[in-house]
Amino acid sequence: MSGTDLVVLVLLGAGLAFYAAGSLGLLRFPDTASRLHALTKADNLGLGLVALAAAIYGGSLAMAAKIALVWLFAVIAAGTTSQLLARRTRLDEPRPDASDSAPDGEAR
Amino acid sequence: MTFAFDLILCLMILGTAGIALFVRDALAAIAFFIAFGNLMGLTWLGLDAVNVALAEIAIGAGVTGVLLILARARLLALGDDATCSGTPLWLRLGALAACAGFVVLLAASVLSIPPESGLDRVVAPLMPGLGIENRVTGVLLAFRAYDTLLESFVLLGALVAVWSLAPAGAWPGRPADPGMTDAPMRRVAGTFGQLLLPVALVMAAYLVWAGSDLPGGAFQAGTVLAGGLLVAAMGGTIGLPSSDRPLLRAALVLGPAVFLAIGLAGIAAGGLLVYPEGMAKALIVIIEYTLFLSIGVTLALLVAGPPVPDASHPNPEGKG
Repeated sequence: MSGTDLVVLVLLGAGLAFYAAGSLGLLRFPDTASRLHALTKADNLGLGLVALAAAIYGGSLAMAAKIALVWLFAVIAAGTTSQLLARRTRLDEPRPDASDSAPDGEAR
Repeated sequence: MTFAFDLILCLMILGTAGIALFVRDALAAIAFFIAFGNLMGLTWLGLDAVNVALAEIAIGAGVTGVLLILARARLLALGDDATCSGTPLWLRLGALAACAGFVVLLAASVLSIPPESGLDRVVAPLMPGLGIENRVTGVLLAFRAYDTLLESFVLLGALVAVWSLAPAGAWPGRPADPGMTDAPMRRVAGTFGQLLLPVALVMAAYLVWAGSDLPGGAFQAGTVLAGGLLVAAMGGTIGLPSSDRPLLRAALVLGPAVFLAIGLAGIAAGGLLVYPEGMAKALIVIIEYTLFLSIGVTLALLVAGPPVPDASHPNPEGKG
């Protein structure tokens, strides 16, 4: 196993660990706000680590640049949707202990 | 792909499909349906069918998922609780028997195809005559262009069908404003839309261009454009146009019309949809770019739904 493979494996493993932590938070935390907290923190870090691993594994600069773009837009989209979900949750109060399924998507 | 990866992927596909079918809550079923579509896309990717993977994820999971979520929202607005009531046992057993029979037939016919008789062997020697590399594009736009031409008109027909559902007095108005009503949400979505729409345009134009030689093409690019337009409309960056705007009508029919015109002009070169020697690539690129524009606008308006009675729209300016 080359040094590059080892780095890729370590990054992938760390990324998956953060994903697992985020998913655990999504399943176990009591309300939407703390679930979002777990998802936005842990999954963004997990995605970054997995993207980094994929970029190193891809081996070329062009591939790395494409993966960086994918990562960037995934992070922007995740940030936007989590803000919208959080706002929607606040609008749906008062019910701070609500542990329903995800809020109702867009305001239409 | 390794065996373990394939096995886990298969189990996840079966699992998400099963949950989507059996869960009572419609929103949960839709969420699992979208996950199922993305996993199917991964499978196509593993089979090196990148074109199919793109289409499956963009249209099968993306656009269909949005349509299902909106359908549920409308059902809720109409007072339907959008949950599945129990179906009688004979109906379930009948559906099971029909699906099982279909699966057996499908598997038998797929397994009866000898592995070496793929379409690739037929198509590959013909590709140099077209001047493009992507064999899927070659089949869609040249060897079986007839199918694609009809498909583009079917899509247009679907929009006409949706528009025909407009309530009395609403025609020819705008679709319901998909913009968020809450001001902070609108700002957040607006910033995202302003960023995403130009990026989606560039990305879609690239997908069409790349579609000649690499995976991509008008349908995938059209979906990207539709996504950009809808996100921009949600944040109020653009307003949806009135259904009778001449510019909108032109954008809708441009692709199918150009396709049909080039196809008819082919009669001079030997037959319907025949491209003259040496001009195939140029004509295919023209058809794909016009089709992409029409598909993008059509898909966006399909999601937006039929015109509704005018309710003092905050965005008087439509898109072009």
